[in-house]
Order: sequence, then C-alpha cells, then structure tokens
Amino acid sequence: MAQVVFEPWNDPKAKPLIQFKGVTKRFGEFTAIDNQTFDIYEREFFALLGPSGCGKTTMMRMLAGFEKPTEGKILLAGQDLAPIPPNKRSVNMMFQSYALFPHLSVWENIAFGLKRDGKPKDEIAARVEEMLKLTRLQQFAKRKPHQISGGQRQRVALARSLAKAPKLLLLDEPLGALDAKLRQATQFELMDIQEKTGTTFVIVTHDQEEAMTVASRVAVMDNGRIIQADTPARIYEMPNSVYVADFIGEVTIIPGTARKSGEGYEISYAEGMAPLYAETETAFANGETCHIALRPEKVAISADKPEDRRNAVQGKIIDIAYLGNLSTYHVALPNGQMIKSQTANTRRLSRRGFTWEDTVWLSWTDTAAVLLKG
Amino acid sequence: MRRFALIFLPYIWLLALFLVPFLIVLKISLSDIATAIPPYTPTLDFSQGWQGIKAFFGALDFENFAFLTTDDLYWKSYISSLQIAFFATLLTLLVGYPIAYGMANAPDHWRPTLMMLVILPFWTSFLIRVYSWMGILSTEGYLNQVLLKFGVISEPLIILNTPTAVYIGIVYTYLPFMILPIYSALERMDGSLLEAAEDLGCSRLTAFWLITVPLSRTGIIAGCFLVFIPVIGEFVIPSLLGGSQTLMIGKVLWEEFFNNRDWPVASAVAVVLLLILIIPIVLFQRNEQKQREAEE
Amino acid sequence: MRRLTWFNATSLTLGFAFLYLPMIILITYSFNESKLVTVWAGFSTKWYGELFNNQSFLDAAWVTVKVAVASSTIATILGTMAALVLVRAGRFYGRTLFSGMIYAPLVMPEVITGLSLLLLFIGIGLDRGIFTIILAHTTFSMCFVSVVVSSRLVTFDRSLEEAALDLGCSPFDAFRLVTLPIIAPAVISGWLLAFTLSLDDLVIASFTAGPSATTLPIKIWSAVRLGVSPEINALSTIMIGIVAVGVISASLITKRASLRQQADERAAVHA
Repeated sequence: MAQVVFEPWNDPKAKPLIQFKGVTKRFGEFTAIDNQTFDIYEREFFALLGPSGCGKTTMMRMLAGFEKPTEGKILLAGQDLAPIPPNKRSVNMMFQSYALFPHLSVWENIAFGLKRDGKPKDEIAARVEEMLKLTRLQQFAKRKPHQISGGQRQRVALARSLAKAPKLLLLDEPLGALDAKLRQATQFELMDIQEKTGTTFVIVTHDQEEAMTVASRVAVMDNGRIIQADTPARIYEMPNSVYVADFIGEVTIIPGTARKSGEGYEISYAEGMAPLYAETETAFANGETCHIALRPEKVAISADKPEDRRNAVQGKIIDIAYLGNLSTYHVALPNGQMIKSQTANTRRLSRRGFTWEDTVWLSWTDTAAVLLKG
Repeated sequence: MRRFALIFLPYIWLLALFLVPFLIVLKISLSDIATAIPPYTPTLDFSQGWQGIKAFFGALDFENFAFLTTDDLYWKSYISSLQIAFFATLLTLLVGYPIAYGMANAPDHWRPTLMMLVILPFWTSFLIRVYSWMGILSTEGYLNQVLLKFGVISEPLIILNTPTAVYIGIVYTYLPFMILPIYSALERMDGSLLEAAEDLGCSRLTAFWLITVPLSRTGIIAGCFLVFIPVIGEFVIPSLLGGSQTLMIGKVLWEEFFNNRDWPVASAVAVVLLLILIIPIVLFQRNEQKQREAEE
Repeated sequence: MRRLTWFNATSLTLGFAFLYLPMIILITYSFNESKLVTVWAGFSTKWYGELFNNQSFLDAAWVTVKVAVASSTIATILGTMAALVLVRAGRFYGRTLFSGMIYAPLVMPEVITGLSLLLLFIGIGLDRGIFTIILAHTTFSMCFVSVVVSSRLVTFDRSLEEAALDLGCSPFDAFRLVTLPIIAPAVISGWLLAFTLSLDDLVIASFTAGPSATTLPIKIWSAVRLGVSPEINALSTIMIGIVAVGVISASLITKRASLRQQADERAAVHA
C-alpha cells in the first residue's frame, strides 16, 4: 500500500492556513517577535519550541487575538486577522493553566463556547456528548473542575477548546502540569485526537522531547526568531545552526577550520591532532571556520583502534552517566576536547566493558557528523 | 493539667460575662415588673428546693412578648430595621463592588496603598465618621451650600433626620466591610479565565457576568452579611442621622431602657432581635464554611 | 495584564472621594474661626485651645485610655489562650459551647451585649464605674483577638515546636521561645484591634459606665446629639490624626520589613 506522505510544506500548490507576513511585535523597547514570515498548513501539528522568553507565547497570543502585531500581517485562510477580536475568531486556545471555570461543571465548561454561539440546545448537548466521548470523560460530566484529577482537567480543557470545531487550535504548554509518565501517554492521545478531528494544532512548548513526539513540524525559536522550522527528524539529523543542534538532544560541538577533501571536508580542530573528516550538503570555502556537531549515539566506543573508520580518536574516560537503558561516556582527548559517546546497555551491568580512567578509541562514520557554519 | 488551666480561664470568663448575662436577659424578659427596681419577680429561691424551682418556672410568662405585639411601635421597628438593613446592604454592594473591582485591577504596586486607604477609616472612630455627615447633610450644611451655589437647587434639601441620611451613613461606615471580601475574591481570580471566556466567544461584558460575578459570589455574600447583620441592631446611625422619623430596633431598645426604664420589655425586645438575627448568622456561617471547603 | 481602564480609575476616584471627603471637610472646619460651623470665617486654632481647657473632656480622655490599655491587654492574654484552645486543644467537654461563646459576641448587636452586662452588674450588686467598663470591653474584644490569633495559629508549622521540644525545651519554653515570637505580629494586631474597639465603643460603655466614670465617646455622644460643634470637630481631627499616623507608620514598617527581607533573600542567593 502506497503511503501518502503528509508534507504540504514541500508542495508548492498547497495553500497555507496561517500566514505570518513580516510580523514584528514590540513591547515598548523590547522586541518579542522580530520580522517573521512563515506558513502553517491545514491538518498540521506545528510546534513552537524554545526557551522561556524566546517569543513563542507571544506568537500564540497573536494568533488567539490577545496581542496585536506591531508590524506585518497574520492571515487565516487568506483573511487578515488584525481587525477580528478574540471572541470572533475561529481560533481556540487551550491555556497553560487550563483556565477551567471553577464554578461550572465539566459539561458546562465544554458547552460554554457553544452556548455563546446561540446554537440550539439539542445540538449543544450532542456536541458536548461527542467531545466527552472523544476525551473519555463521560462519567465526569457532572463534576466540578476541582473534583477531577490533573490529567482529566487537561482533557476537559482540550474538549472545551475543540468543542467549537475551530479551524486552528492553540495549545500553550498543554502537558506542562502533568507528571512525566502521564505526559507521555497524553502526548499520544493528543496526536490521536488531532488526527481524528483533522484540526490544525499549534503547540507551544519548551520541552523538546514533547515537540519531537507530537509535531509534524517543529519551529525552534530564539530571541524572537524562528531559527529552523522542519520535521523532527530533519531538525535532529540536519540542524542548520549550532543553536538548534545544541538545543535539541545531546551533542558534542567541535569548532575548527574546513578544507575540501574528496567528497567532503577535512576539519582541523587542534594543534597536533589529525584532522577529522565529514561529508555534508553545505559548501565551505577552504579555511572557513566551522563547527562539527556530533550526536553521542553515532560515536562508537572500543578498546582497540577500529581499522575501517577514517574518524578515530583516542582518549580517556572522565565520566560515565548510567541512564539504565543507555550509558553516556565523556571522553577527553589529549588536547582537552571532550566527546560524548552513547551506547545502548543491551547486556547486564556486570558485563559492561569500560570504566573510569580507561583509555578508549572513539570512532564515527564519514556521514555521522554535521558540519555547521559560523 | 496544663491544658485544663489553658481552657479554664477563658471559659470561665466567657461563661460569667457572656452566657450568664444573656440568661439574665432571657429571665427578665419573662418576668414582671414588681417595683421600679430589680429584682423582678419571680426570684429563684433554692432554699425551697424543687418546689422553689417549680414555682420559679411557673411564674415566668410571655407577657412582655405579648406586649410587643400589641404596640405596633415594636413590630414596625423590626420590619423597618430589616427593610433599612436590606436596602442599605444593596446600596453598599452597588457602591462597593466597582471600588473592589477597580482595586483588584489596579497595577500591583498601587494595591497595598489602596488597601491601606480602605482599612484606615475602619480604625477611625465610628462615632466621628457618622458625626462628620451631620455637618454635610444638615439644611445649612455643606452639601446644600454647594448645590445652592451652583444653582442645582433653589430650596435647600432636607436630608438630615430622614431615612436617606441613615442610608448614606450606613453605606459610608460599612463600605470597607463590603469592599474587603469582594476584593479578596476578585484578587484571587485567575486572569486567564477571562481570556478563556473571550477565546470561547464572550464579549468583555458577558465574560464579566458569566465569569467574574459568579467567581466573586462568596465575596459578595460575605460582604452583604457583614453589612446586613450589624446594621439590623444599629443604634448610632439612626440616632444621629435618622431623627424621629426613622424607626430602628436598636434605637427603640435603647430608649425603652434608658428613657422608659422598662427593663423587662427591653429584654424581650433584645431576645426577639436575637431570634431574628439567627437566620442571617447561620446563612453567613454556611457561606464561610463553603468558601473554606472550596479553598482546600 | 492589569491595566487601569477609565472605568476603574473613575470608580476608584469616586469611591475614595466618598470615603475621605467627609473627614477632610471635618478637619478643615475644625480650624474655622466662627462658632457657626457651616460658615467659613478664617483660619484659627482657638477650638483646640478651648478643648485643652475643658477639664471634663480631658478627664474622659484619660478614663478612655486607661480602659483601653487595661481591657486590650487582658483581652489579648485571654484571647490568645482561647485561640490556643480553639486550634490546639482538640476535643473537650463543652467545646461547642466554647467556640459558640467566642464567635457569638462578634455578631451580637452592641445594644444587647451592653444591656445583658448591665443587668448582670446590677444583679450581683457591682458598682458601675471604670472597672465594669474594663470587664465589658475585655469580654467582647477577647473574641476578636482570638479570631485574629487563631487564623495565624492555623497556618503555624507545628514541627517548629516539635523541634524545640526535641532540642530540650519544656512545653512552656517552646511556646515562649518559638511559638510566641512567630505569632507575635498576630498577637500585636489583636492588641491593636482590641485597643481601637475599646477607644471606639459608645454603646456598651454607655450601659456599663456609672456616674463615676465617663469615656470620651460618651462625652462626644452627648455633645453631638445637640448638633455640630467646632470643639468636637477639633477633637475628631486629633483622633483621626492619631489613627492616621498609627496606621500609616505601621504599614510603612511592615513594608520596610518585607523589602529588607526581599533584599536579604536576594543577597543570600547571590552570596
């Protein structure tokens, strides 16, 4: 069966649902969003990822209508959003605090938005039932928000914001208040509901794992700018900058200078050390400064020098982080450069090979490292 | 033993100076005037043992309470007290809510000052605060002077010694009791609730009615009871501002006691007043209880 | 998020004007030259002079202060004990009656409290005077004190006391050295509240005072019943001034203390 790949951003004919056109937002002297232009497509699960204060929440509040752009335009299905107040937008938001009305029952909370539209009673009842079923909350319909658990509250908030069948649903740190176990389960539930309803989701989060899990595309933000917006796999494997490489997952960054050599580049990174080799899509001039970004799981660790690898360096184990399923070794090269290597602990502890102060060889393939500008 | 000592002293104090006096009021309200001075009959004579106790209770009667129903001054005063308390509470709410709302929405660094400004009058003498309105509301008072000067009226308004003056005095003196509980309810409210309501299609005004008002309900109820309950028994305000037209039961009790020297009737008036107060007090307690449970 | 809209600004301005204008007018006219209080006839402090020459006012003021200090001090001790009983003593015989007797005076109309105490004093043949006023004021203000102190005791972390016991304190020492210093602000505000209630009280004092002792509110009351007088305006101004200075300095002290605490915490973080 031929799987249709969902990649509207690669399809020049696809019409975006949301368009940011040169959007800038300033609060007094402070620039929260700096001249941003990008598109979000229908049925997408779009994640805005970044540290606190990077502008991701401002981006979302502009979509909801609680803030207005200082410059530029935001279009929803081709229509300028600026003159539409929040209560007239077909955009709904799930709040970080959930913002459930404490004096109303679960049922009334979900029906709240529908009642504002003046829909007939039986239609409202049917829609609320549907939402309760979707979020598995039927038996809690009569409870008040303080009588249910955190996970259930989260689902009520989701049901309430989905009830009006918005074109776009905004989720502000939707899982922030849940504990780690519950968060994982809820991530899958969220994806499931997104798929079932076909609604476009925009999620704001500072948790990279969450963004990588749920989103079709992740936009990594810093200082009011989107640094890179791409699929989780490409963000991880092909970061476009040191910032993105460093923000997502664990990485070793080695600064150096590049020199063309065959298919790829030789990178000299320290006096007296043999240059490293990397093949990459980006072009570098001879002698240009660059950064090698090396994911720890792509670095193999061995007692003897592997013969078939062009990239092999010797060093001493300084630290071992034992995580149960994985172990990360921090290895210091003779020049002081640290490289992280990660191995899966497929065997029991007693059979583990290396310990502190051991001298080991680290090696990786020609395509394992990413070469970054700057 | 230590625990016993701790309980003993305040317990005895309250028994002797709160409960016993109240039982005396109850007893006298059921007694007859024998002479102009106490003791009123019957007196409890323990030397006669059980017979004495029986004689004591046998001689008590509801004559004074019956008397309260014969003279329409009394029931009119009760009704009028309730009526004045009710409308004054409503007025205080109307004046107090916008102030509490304004305080809760004021910038953070203003709020301690605003809070202090609301509490300050509470520490100032009640009597002086009521008295300050006498100069304003009298026929030659400051209000009439200003209104006449600007040509708003041509004849001075007669406000002092009317129920209007009583209402103004009550709203003025009890305003902090209304503002503080409403303010604390509004201040606790999560601002994102209003954004959520707007997001779900409410205008600002509907969001106010559907979210802000219900969520400040316990504050409103607490404020209303804190005004309503003491106003029923109020004495100073009707005496200074209400003149002879305003009937309030606190004033009637005072006059019954100090002017008519009819202690049994004054006691009966007090007992009935307490019975009337029990209902709002119980309702108030229940509201407080509910609020405490909601906070947990 | 918090913006001062024109609506909020208007309601705050009007509200505080309503609260403060009467007092400002009162204070202004206390400096009026004329005996006719409603007509301005130039600035003068003569009414203050007359006030300080009026021996009966000074006597009443002295009685009031004595009553207030004595009753608020006894009420603070009894009220703190009652608060400890309410919060700590658990179940004991007559607990419901006890807490009922603590809360009832808070809502009891003053006329009834006054009447009942008077009937008691007459019943047991106690001569009315300064002593009976102190008894009466102590009784109702101890209930206010116990409410203020018990609301603080509820949130008190008992492990602090347990730590003191663990380190060798006797229960009384633990209370004296650990609990009392921590609940001290509540005890002090309880005392201040009791003091103000006593200064303020007209109705209960009228019932329980005898010919030998007259308090200031009783004195003011008999004067103002005849109408507005410039002397009373002057007296009111002095009383308002004392309260304003007290409240404002108390709030400044608490503000300074909290600012200092914040600064200390910041310093501790950066150290």
